[in-house]
Amino acid sequence: MADPVPYARDDERAQPPLKFAPFKASIVRAPGHKPIRVPHTLTETTGPSGVDVWEKLMGPAITDLTRQHGGEPLGERIVVSGRVLDENERPVANTMIEILQANAAGRYVHEYDQHDAPRDPNFTGAGRVVTDAEGNYRFITVKPGAYPWYNGHNAWRPAHIHFALMGSAFANRLVTQMYFPGDPLFPLDAIANAVPESARQRLVARFDLETTAPFWALSYRFDFVLRGRNATPMEH
Amino acid sequence: MAGQTPWQTTGPFLHFALPWKGAADLVGDSDLGARPDLIAPGHDYGVAHRFANRESTVGERIELAGRVWDNTGAPVLDYLLEIWQANAAGRYAHPDDTRGDVPIDPAFIGYGRCAGDKDGAFRFRTIRPGRVPGPGNTLQAPHIALGIIGPGFLKRLATRIYFSDAPENADDPILALVPEERRSTLIAVKEPGASNLYRFDIRLGGTGETAFFDI
Repeated sequence: MADPVPYARDDERAQPPLKFAPFKASIVRAPGHKPIRVPHTLTETTGPSGVDVWEKLMGPAITDLTRQHGGEPLGERIVVSGRVLDENERPVANTMIEILQANAAGRYVHEYDQHDAPRDPNFTGAGRVVTDAEGNYRFITVKPGAYPWYNGHNAWRPAHIHFALMGSAFANRLVTQMYFPGDPLFPLDAIANAVPESARQRLVARFDLETTAPFWALSYRFDFVLRGRNATPMEH
Repeated sequence: MAGQTPWQTTGPFLHFALPWKGAADLVGDSDLGARPDLIAPGHDYGVAHRFANRESTVGERIELAGRVWDNTGAPVLDYLLEIWQANAAGRYAHPDDTRGDVPIDPAFIGYGRCAGDKDGAFRFRTIRPGRVPGPGNTLQAPHIALGIIGPGFLKRLATRIYFSDAPENADDPILALVPEERRSTLIAVKEPGASNLYRFDIRLGGTGETAFFDI
């Protein structure tokens, strides 16, 4: 068969380096050698795919994180929705988006998290949804709280939601974090600051009155842009 | 053109959300891959997301096991590995793989995840993949794509796993792009005496640093 059409590469003006000294945990986990550029073969241009594959792999979708337990979680109920597109502004349909976050008090349901803030028996903070044919997704959750972390003196993470997108192929997977507009901790955050300044605001959601549910929940919009396919076939 | 969304780290709390029970067992019904011991009581939503029929996957069963070390030689415990591979016939279950003459195996997806265990070890149960086409008219040696994410990783590290008992490695077009003295870092070594266990250690730096790929 003909060689597959390759994906665009990481845009260095948008992507963080592997090592960013202010983010201390990255120092010992960045490799010494620069990763070796290799052409995209079928291995890189394929990945889990198909209408039933996600449910087979991971189980049914969880789109309402406020309905996973007997009662409703505490905190500010929010809707987070948007689209998954590629760089050519084409929708990425039928792709898995996973979500994980702290509760409204800034505490995770994880044994490593020793922050002195309460857990909420009604909030786990894990979800997953598959994009529709137009690349749309939508979650209902609560706004996560900020929390302190070990990265130097008095460091606090801004409120954020982790997203992990499988993409359309092994090559264009994306794991990222979404932040909230106007957060005074955002400019101080060592993880957000690892991203080149010109692209950093792409990590901030947009408050959207239009999609807010009146008398029920505020709404934030956040679009993801995955690496797109090159227009021309790979050259050898 | 729209600008790429930047990568960010998963953070250290990925275990309650990303690895499901059985995520590292692509061909059976074990709980391999997850860390339910790290999830606060009452929040282990992770039912075993298994689907029926995985045992009927065609191919030679193998296990891949190893550990991860940081660039100072200290063990990494809190990573998440992801694998992607072809089936035993060398077919990817994806629209890009248009070869109608190579069969899809309905019992096999080819994707798995494994969180490091309490000692930093991982183990996958899968099948040995078949050969898939490479650039031009080449054929690649059997291999498995591997990604590492987790706290401290601002972006995924990607590499590949090849097999020590595969003579096809000598002609593999991707291995050929790796400096010769580093190729052995991509070869899973068949454990002496064990019929189907391959060991693959990942070193983020220092002597024997694993060759990572910019894909």
